[in-house]
Order: sequence, then structure tokens, then C-alpha cells
Amino acid sequence: MLLRLHQIDKFYPTGEGPLHVLNGIDLSLEAGKSLALTGESGSGKSTLLHLVAGLDSPDAGEIHLGGTNIVGLNDTALAALRRATVGLVFQQFNLIPSLDVAANLAFQARLAGRPDPAWLKVLAKRLGLAQVLTRYPEQLSAGQQQRVAIGRTLAARPRLVLADEPTGNLDEATGDAVLDLMLSLVAETGAALLMVTHSNRLANRLNARVHLHAGRLV
Amino acid sequence: MVWTGLTALLSHWRRRPVQLAMLLLGLSLATALWSAVQAINGEARASYDRAAAILGQDRLAQLVREDGARMDQQVFVRLRRAGWLVSPVIEGEMRFGDVRLRVLGIDPLTLPPQAQQVNVAVGDELLPFITAPGVLYAAPETATRLTEQATPPVRVAEGLPPGTVLTDIGQAQVLLGAKDKISRLLLWPDQPIGRAPLKVTAPGLTLRQPSETGDLARLTDSFHLNLTAFGFLAFAVGLFIVHSAIGLAFEQRRQVFRTLRALGLPARVLVLLLIAELLIFALLAGLVGVALGYVVASALLPDVAATLRGLYGADVPGTLSIRPAVWAAGLAIAVIGTLVAAAQSLWRLWHLPLLAAAQPRAWARASERALRAQGVAAMVLLLTAAGIAQFGSGLEAGFALLAALLLGAALALPLVLTGILQLGGRLVRGPLAEWFWADTRQQLPGLSLALMALLLALAANVGVSTMVSSFRLTFTGWLDQRLAAELYVTARTEAEATAIHDWLAQRSDAVLPIWSVEGRVAGQPAAIYGVADHATYRDNWPILSAVPEVWDRIAAGDGALINEQLARRQELGLGDQITLPGGWRASIVGVYSDYGNPIGQVIIGIDTLVQHYPDVSRLRYAIRIAPGKAEALAAGLRAQFGLPAQNVIDQAGIKVFSLKVFERTFRVTAALNVLTLGVAGLAMFASLMTLSGMRLPQLAPVWAMGLTRRHLAWLELSRGLLLAALTMLAAVPVGIALAFVLLAVVNVEAFGWRLPMHLFPGDWARLAALALLAAGLAAAAPAWRLARLSPSDLLKVFAHER
Amino acid sequence: MSVRALLIYMCLAAAPAFGQGFAGLGTEADGFSVPQPGTAFNFPADHGPHPGYRIEWWYLTANLQAADGADYGVQWTLFRSALAPVERSGWSSPQLWMGHAGLTTQTHQFVAERSARGGIGQAGVTAAPFAAWIDNWQMAGRALPEADALSALDLRAAGRAFSYELALDAKGPLVPQGVQGYSVKSEKGQASYYYSQPFYHVTGTLTLPAGAIAVTGQAWLDHEWSSQPLAEDQTGWDWFSLHFDSGEKMMGFRLRDGGAGFTSATWIKADGRPQPQAPGALRVTPLETAAVAGRSVPIRWRVQLPEKGVDVTIRTLNPEAWMDTRFPYWEGPIRFEGTHAGRGYLEMTGYE
Ligand SMILES: Nc1ncnc2c1ncn2[C@@H]1O[C@H](COP(=O)(O)OP(=O)(O)O)[C@@H](O)[C@H]1O
Ligand SMILES: [Mg+2]
Repeated sequence: MLLRLHQIDKFYPTGEGPLHVLNGIDLSLEAGKSLALTGESGSGKSTLLHLVAGLDSPDAGEIHLGGTNIVGLNDTALAALRRATVGLVFQQFNLIPSLDVAANLAFQARLAGRPDPAWLKVLAKRLGLAQVLTRYPEQLSAGQQQRVAIGRTLAARPRLVLADEPTGNLDEATGDAVLDLMLSLVAETGAALLMVTHSNRLANRLNARVHLHAGRLV
Repeated sequence: MVWTGLTALLSHWRRRPVQLAMLLLGLSLATALWSAVQAINGEARASYDRAAAILGQDRLAQLVREDGARMDQQVFVRLRRAGWLVSPVIEGEMRFGDVRLRVLGIDPLTLPPQAQQVNVAVGDELLPFITAPGVLYAAPETATRLTEQATPPVRVAEGLPPGTVLTDIGQAQVLLGAKDKISRLLLWPDQPIGRAPLKVTAPGLTLRQPSETGDLARLTDSFHLNLTAFGFLAFAVGLFIVHSAIGLAFEQRRQVFRTLRALGLPARVLVLLLIAELLIFALLAGLVGVALGYVVASALLPDVAATLRGLYGADVPGTLSIRPAVWAAGLAIAVIGTLVAAAQSLWRLWHLPLLAAAQPRAWARASERALRAQGVAAMVLLLTAAGIAQFGSGLEAGFALLAALLLGAALALPLVLTGILQLGGRLVRGPLAEWFWADTRQQLPGLSLALMALLLALAANVGVSTMVSSFRLTFTGWLDQRLAAELYVTARTEAEATAIHDWLAQRSDAVLPIWSVEGRVAGQPAAIYGVADHATYRDNWPILSAVPEVWDRIAAGDGALINEQLARRQELGLGDQITLPGGWRASIVGVYSDYGNPIGQVIIGIDTLVQHYPDVSRLRYAIRIAPGKAEALAAGLRAQFGLPAQNVIDQAGIKVFSLKVFERTFRVTAALNVLTLGVAGLAMFASLMTLSGMRLPQLAPVWAMGLTRRHLAWLELSRGLLLAALTMLAAVPVGIALAFVLLAVVNVEAFGWRLPMHLFPGDWARLAALALLAAGLAAAAPAWRLARLSPSDLLKVFAHER
Repeated sequence: MSVRALLIYMCLAAAPAFGQGFAGLGTEADGFSVPQPGTAFNFPADHGPHPGYRIEWWYLTANLQAADGADYGVQWTLFRSALAPVERSGWSSPQLWMGHAGLTTQTHQFVAERSARGGIGQAGVTAAPFAAWIDNWQMAGRALPEADALSALDLRAAGRAFSYELALDAKGPLVPQGVQGYSVKSEKGQASYYYSQPFYHVTGTLTLPAGAIAVTGQAWLDHEWSSQPLAEDQTGWDWFSLHFDSGEKMMGFRLRDGGAGFTSATWIKADGRPQPQAPGALRVTPLETAAVAGRSVPIRWRVQLPEKGVDVTIRTLNPEAWMDTRFPYWEGPIRFEGTHAGRGYLEMTGYE
């Protein structure tokens, strides 16, 4: 089992007392499989994803990733985990504005110490970015930007790809094309995929789906 | 609506107190440095005016001798008996113990009402005033200095310039050893009819029109222009802070502006509201700034006063008075500065499209075009500087050159840094390093103002310290040449002088007279010295250029040496003729350097001096003796004649004193420099602080991809240091250019001497360390904040609602 | 009689440079000489200055007429005041000098004043040949050696807009005032040495902004010196010098003291013999006042000396004859009619 969550609790402090966002979440995902995480806005999907990515830590429970419990790891270990094991795709793309497309694509792979120019070339070609490698993010369309983000993530060959409504900012046609690309590429790399979406149509294209409601999985 | 609008606008500051503090701090600091300089200049000018206005010289015409020499008292009686309403004045310098003063002798009975600023000799004070031993009137400060000295009775009179005593003309003649002599005649404004013609009654006298500014004001002009330039520089640097704080506040409130506009608030009203808000801040900060300025000024004034006394013989009180003009000017400059700093933001706001999408980083992302325009402006300014250097002349041109040079360099900085960062980015390997350089370049537009401020401060530092150090090096070498004699003695009377001379004849290797008269040469105040024909001068005198056998020519009495400042100001050269007091002419056989002396100086043979000026005061001598015996001789001299300690000075004593004056001269400049650097550091801090809020979206992805916050914080800190270091690198050549202009243009115009430039890389290293420290401190706080940021703050960047 | 001592006293007290030299006047004359009765004048030496006495003046007033009959008045005064009863040469001389010059026309009053220190030659008086001067103002004797030094004088002064140059020739003798020149001033015994020369015939030229005017007329010179002041309660005085068409002269004054005042007069016969009048014999009554320099000043007077059958009405040539000097006062020419007719000079001080 690549990923196993056990009794995850997460609270946010708010003006009206602590907000219990996640309440005893149990979840697991095998390597190479894909899982859709649905739920209405504000149900805690992103929160869950961030916990898995080691960007934030739960208030209770365990997260086993590749056999290690990442809860309680220090900053450096979490950073190493993010670098080498997981890849993130955000709705907002979050490219590095000061680097051009080629550098953005290569960035995480190089950071993870797994640069692979041949694979990068393939990715760029498959993602239709070969012509825009020297451009800067702000000179790209939204769809192109998201394809760069996907390429950047997959270039590092992470074992787990975490995507947070990756097509949420794209129109439906572009979104579908980008998703197709992502799904096939993820499949090719053999990575597992945990994708947040609120679209049933998209969720159905994955191996399995879970629904988050009132802090619990249903 | 308006009220609601204002509340909405102001609420921004309540949520961002640090930003408000930066704005106010920047503005008050800028105002403070400016006001400090204004207050100092104001104080000095007021005291020159007082000196110039004394005896109504600013309003009364005077009769003087063309050559500045004293005239016979009978001229006064002759003019009065010919119907001219004139009043005699005698003036001169004299020493009471170790206090040197200007003595002014007046005749209270004929003094024109315009000359009676000071009420002296009123009522029963008249008899003691005009009869021996007389009464000295002095400003409170001067009176205090005189308490220890043996003088005629001293009375305090407010309104007299410091360093001046007023006494009866008869008593002054006795004190100055000028029996029946007067220096000049004050002319009553209303003269009776039927006067005899001036030419017949008083041939040889010329009419000098009243002058608003005395010699002092003219001489010290350059010094004050210098201070003003630095005050302005500090102010400009401070404005960078204000500009970036205002720019940020406007950017962050775009949404509020848009909402207000959408709710129906006209653009005009909105702009007016913002101007009102800025004016409130400007006035607040202006008040604090001027108050702070007074604190700075009163800390600096004693040094300025010492400088002015040492360098120009100008007496300025060591304490400040509060001048309304300084307050008004301080507030005005704060308001003007604020509006200038806000002009761009206001202009943008005026043109803000009602529904345009928000561009949070728009203000920071200077377009290529803007950068290019800035580059063109920089080019134009630097070319202008080159043009002025080539063709300009005069002190104003010198400062225009400085301004063009500094501003051009500042404008060119972002372009230069962009180039360097681009190059750096290409040279480094590794994703983080590449990102670091690329991202640093990305940050440049947001930081460029602060960096320009830093560049100005650093360049000014490099320039001024190079100038001062070069000057110091030249000056100490010059002192060694100039002060060749081992001892200098001043007798109290001519009889004593003769006795001392005879006593020394057997006991020393040489006794060289140092006698001089004062007068005007080529229309300017000057001193004429006589020198003996002696190896002391032949071997040591700091000659710049001379005809062959110059000392023989001097000894033969057919030549004169002049100092560099006289040569430069009057464009005199070897072989030219000058007219000396008394109307005789001499040919220039040499020019020598004479640092630290504001007035012209002429050296002729001692015999020639005595021949042309038989009543020259013969009180001072230089003594040559084996250095080892000097101390014993000095002691013997003091004991033999009961001379006060300060009447026998050894070479080292004078050198120490001269160097002390020198150091004090530049202490103010150094202080202003450090303060300016501090302000620049603050500008950088303000910019980094405001940028740090907008940095998160750029940093969060990198964090998400596997960097710790700590690592990011270190990188941020390094970024600040890198930029500071690069700016420092750029500042060195600019500073050297600045030093060159100061040494070769401004000094020549201001003081009349040109100095060779020496470079002191050690100073730069110290300055670089200081700059890095300042930048490090400025970058530390935002970096620290980043390191301690909670993940959820970073995660907000990824939130969909953004 | 020395009413003008008060003038100088107040005048100098008000002048900042002079003032305190006279504060001691109230006390006895510290070191200064005091006039003694029965001392004969010693001319020409007594025409010169007396540095041992505190105050001294040479005071000349002239009534002049131009060819067109227009009246003019001229005043020339040199005051000496001593800070100490000695003379020294050079700037430390304690002798201070002050000059007043006035020229009155029917419509204008011209005034100038000068001050100077003794000891350097800017101002002074010499007895023989007689010369009194301050700056370029002077009263210079040109009498023949055997005649009195004051019997023929050249007089001149100049101000910003006027000047005058007059030749004076005495047609009568010097007139000692009081008892042989010892003039008692109060019941307390203060006195001065005082003589006059009221018999000058004058010819000369006045220069006014409009041009030069040739004039003739008569003039009156007083020379007086003393060391003592007047009484403290006296607030001012009115002084008259009258040239009767008949050739007689009269000097009279009233001292105002808040009470009835004190009057005195001297009748001078045409041959120069003085007839001192008893105190109170003279009666003077203001008839009309005018606003002059912001004060109310009498400009028409009734003057009576029943002893000599004099009852005349005096009017001023120019009511605005204001001497706007450091201590201002009124001094100007007058004409009178009634039992007698003639011209003269009026001086009024202390009107607020
Ligand atoms: N840092 C935070 N502090 C407080 N509340 C938060 C924070 N982040 C998210 N929330 C709240 O937690 C809930 C879940 O948020 P999120 O995980 O972003 O939901 P989703 O992604 O499903 O829309 C929401 O109500 C949101 O407002
Ligand atoms: Mg979400």
C-alpha cells in the first residue's frame, strides 16, 4: 500500500472556536492506482491533500506514505518527501514566474536529483509545449500553464501525484484535454494519483472515488 | 459619502501599522536631515547677517581706502568740516589672553541711527565708555569667554555677533595700537546740501555701497552650499522610502478604490481625499521631522561652528535658536516631498479604469519599456554631467555636475543590476541557484528605488571619504613643509618683540619675522607677509610653480609669491603684475599652496614689507633651532619674558591644532553621510518589508516542491545581501567620480585649491561591510518572518478562492 | 536768566548718548565750578568755552526779511555739555557738543542737528579770533582787532534741504544780564553767567529748495554758562525776545510749574543799558492754541509789562515752527502789535 491514512483529525482555529475540518479519516491508495476525492466546496478536500503532501500536519492520526508515517517528521524530512516522493498539481498552476517554461518543467526533477532530459523532451512534446519552452509563465494561456505544471510534476517521476482540481480554472474542452493527458502520463509513469474534483464526470474516470462530507468520508 | 470614503481609506493604515510607521518614519527622517541642515545654515547665516549688519553696513554706504588700509583720523574731521555726515570706525583683530576677537571702535556721537543695533554707551555709560580704560561691549557668549582674561570692563549687549567686541573709537585705537587711525567711515543716508566735493576733501577714498552680505557670507557660501547639497541628498534618499510606502498603500487599496468608485464616488473626490490623507501625514511627519532636525542640528552645530571659526574666522554661536523659517520650510518640504513621491501613484489612480482586473504585482513589474526609458534618462544625465565637466564653470556648475552624475548613476543602476543578474544566472548551475538569480532579477523592479537610494548613499560615502582622505594626506604633507620652524613666538608689545629677538639671537639658529599687514588685493581681502631670506623657506616652502631663482627675486624685493586661491580666483599667473595695498605693484614670481586659508595671501621680502608698511606690527617670530633643544628654549623664553603659554608654540602644537581643525571640518559631512546611509538602509528595509507580503505566491510553489521555510528565508536574506553587494560595487566607480568632481571642480571653485586624488580601498571595504550589515539588518526581519510563517499562511496561496 | 538751561537739560537727558552726564545735576556740582556773584567778565577770553562748567551755549536767533517783504526766522545754537570738568585732547575729551539749526518761513520749518565730541577738532569754540563750530556749521568772528570779538560774525549752517549764510554786525554793546552778568535763576540761589548781544544787523542769503533768497534783518545772541539746574517742578517755559521798532529790546519768560508760574523780564534801552524787572512784573497770557506735532501749543499771546507801558499781542510767523530734534520744542519768529510793534523770537517747551 503506497498511501494509508488512519484516523486523521484536523482542526482550524477560527473566530467561533476550532473548526473540525477532518474527522477520523481513513483512506488508502495502492501504487499505480488513481482515486478521486469529491465533496462540496469547503468540505476539506484541499486540507486532506495538503496533509498527504506534507505541507501541513494533522492534529491526530497517521499518514503512511511508502511505509513511513510522515506525521511528526521535521521540516527538512517533509521537504525531502515533497521533493522526491510526491508531485503536486494545483488549480492555480503556481508556476515559478521568474523561470521560463523549460526551467519550470525541469525544476522539480532537478531539485529531486532526477534530471532526465530525454524524458523531459518526451513530456514537452506530449504536452504540446515544445514550441513555448523559452516563454515565461505569464506569456502562456491557462491551459498551457497547467500543462507545464503537470509536466513539472511528472518530470520528477513522483510515486504519488496529488492534484487539486487541476482543471478547475480551465474551460471544459481544455480541461478534458489536459486531464486526458495527465491521466495517461500518470499511468505511463506508474505513479498513483489522488485527485480532488467536484465533478462527477471527472471522478468517474478514475479507478475509485471517495466523497468527503462534514469531515467524514462517505 | 465623502466621510465614508475617508474612513474606508484610512482603515487601511489601521490594519498595517508597520507600513504607516515606515511612511511616517521615512518622511520625518527625510525632513529631519533637511531641516537640520537648514537650521545650521540658518544659524550661521543669521550670524553673518548680524556681523554684516553691525554698524548698519548692510544699509549704509561707506568710505574706504581702495587698498583696505587704515586712514588718518584727520580725514574724518576734514569731511565733517566739509559738511559730510560721516562716522568713523576702526576695526582689527586682537588677542586677549588666548581669546582672539574682532575689535570694533565707534564714535557714539556721530554714529548714524541705522548703525545703532546695539544700545551701547547709554546714559551714564558714556563717560566710562569714552575714557580710559573704556568699556567693551560683547555678546553674552563672547563676554563669558572673556571672563578669565585681562580686559577693560566687559558689558553684555545682545545682538552683537559673537567674537566681536564694540568699544569707543579712542579706546579701540589704543587697544589696536593704531593711534589716530580709522578703518572706514560710515556715511549717513541723508546728507546736507552744499558739501564740498569728496574728491577734494578726501582724495584716495572710494565709496563702498551697502552690501547685504559681508565677506564672511561670501567666503562661507561654498561651505553652506555643500551642507545644503548633502541635506538635499539625504532628503532625496528619504523620499525613496516615502515613494515605495505610498505606492504600496495605493496598490493594496486598489480594491477599495474600485469599490468606492463603483459606489459613485467621483474620481476627482477620491484623488482629493487621498491628497488630504497624504497632507495629514506630511504635516504630522513634517512636524516630527523638524523637531528631530533640531536635535540633529544641535548635535552637529558645535562642530560646524568650530569649522567656520577655524576655516573662515567666522564666529557662529554654538547654540541654535528656533527659527520660524526653518519650521515653515521643513513643513513645506515635507508636503512637497510627499506630493512628489505620490505623484505617480495619484496619476495612475486618476487613470484607473473602473472595471479593470486587479493586477497585484503590476506596480512592481516595471515593464521593459519603463526600464529602457530609465536607461535613456540615465544616459542623458551622464552625458550632461560629462558636458558640464567639460564646459561648465563655477560652483553652481560643480554642484549641477554632481547632481547629474549621481542621478544618472542612480537611474542607470537597475539596468546595470539587471545585466549583472542575468549574467550571474547564466553562470550558475543547479536549479536552486538558477532560480535564486532569476528570482532576484524578478525582484529588482520592486527594490530598485531602495537600491538607488542605497547607491546614492554609498556613492556619496565613497566620494566624500575619498575626498577627505586625499585632502588629509595632502594636508599633512603640506603642514610638514609649511611649518618648518621649530618654535613660534608672539610678543605682547613691540618693545618686548625687540627684546625677544635680541635674546634669541644668541640662543637659536635663526629668528625669522612673521609680520603681516591686511588689505585688499585685486578687490579681495588678503594678507601680505614678509619673509626673511633664509633656507627655511628656500628648502621647504610648498611652491606649486615658480620662476627660477624665485627666492633671490623675493629677497631682492622685485617679486611676490601668491597663494593658490588668489591665483585661481583672479586668474593670475607667473609674470603678472598685482597692485598691493598702498598702490605699489609687484610681479608674481611664484604660486604656493595654502590650504585652509579662505583669503588671498601674498609673500614679499621682509625688507620690502617694512619699507612699504613701516607701521606693520612686529610681534611674531619663527625660531629655528635643533629640534632636541626646542622644548628647553621655549621654556626659557616663557620664563625670561613671562610669556603666557600660548605665546610660545612649538611645531607639533600647531600641527595638532591644524589637524584638529581639519578633522572637525569634515566631521559634519561624515555625520551626514552616516545618517544618509542609515536612511538608505531604512529605505531598503521598508521595501523588503512591503515586498515580503507579496512574495508568498512566488515562494509557496518552491516550498511545495520541497524546500523548507528556513532554507527559503536564508535565500531571501542572501538576496538582500547580494543586491547590496552589487550596489556597493556599482557605488565605488560612482563614488570615485564624485570624489574627482569634489577635488577637481568643487574644491577649486569653493576654496580655490586643487588636490590630487588618492584612493583608499580599505575605506571601501569598511563601507562595504557597513552596507552589507545595513542590508542584512534590513533583510533579516522579513526573512525571519518567513522562517516562522505557519504552513497555513503559505497554503492560502493555493486556496482556490484566491 | 537761564530758562534755556532747562532746554538743554531736558534735551540732553532725552538724547541717549548724552543723557546721564546730567543726571548728576540735581546734586551739587561734583567738581564743576559754580558761578560766583561779583565776578567781572574777562573778554575776549569769556567769549570762549568754560570747560570747568557743566553747560554752556551760544544761542543766536535772527528775524529776517526778503526784498518782497516776506518774513523769515533763523536759529543757530551750539551747546557744550561736560561729562567731567576738564578738557582733554583726543577722543577721551569729556566735552560734548551739540548744534541746532532752524530756518522758519511762513509755510515751512527746516531743522537740523549735529553732535560731536571735543578733543579732535570736529566741534569747539575759540575766543579770539572768535569761532564756534560743529562740522561745517560755524559762527566765525571777523571783528577788527580793537573791537569786541563778537561785534562782527559770519554765520552759516546747512541741513538736508536748506542752508543759510549770514553776516552779522553789532550796532550796540554787549548786554550783561542779571547783576553784571551774574544771573540768579531761583530763590534757591542757582545762577549762571549770562550776557547777550541783541543789536546785530544782518545781511545774507537763505538757500531753500526753491532757490536762494537775499535777506536783511536783526539778530540776538546769548552766551551763558553754568553748572546748576532749574527746579524740579518746572514743566516748561515760554521765552520771548522782542525787538521794538523803537530800538529798545526786551527779554522775558514765564516758567510753568503747575501753579501760577514765575515770570521775569529785562528791559534793554536802545543804547544797550539793561533794566532788570522785578519777578512777576511781566504778564503773559495765551490767547489761542493750535495743534502742532500732535500737541496743543499757544500761537497767539498777550504780553504785558505795565512798568514800561507794554501791552502787545504776539502772533507767530509760522505756527508750525517745530524743532523736531531729539528733544523737540517750539522755536520761531514772531510779530507783535499793540502799544508797541516789532519782531522777535518765541520759544516754548514742555507742551504735551
Ligand atoms: N488556514 C485556515 N484557517 C481556518 N480555516 C481554514 C483554513 N484553511 C481552510 N479553512 C476552512 O476549512 C474548510 C475546508 O477548507 P478546504 O480544505 O479548502 O475545502 P475545499 O478544498 O473542500 O473547498 C473551509 O471551511 C475553509 O474555510
Ligand atoms: Mg479546495
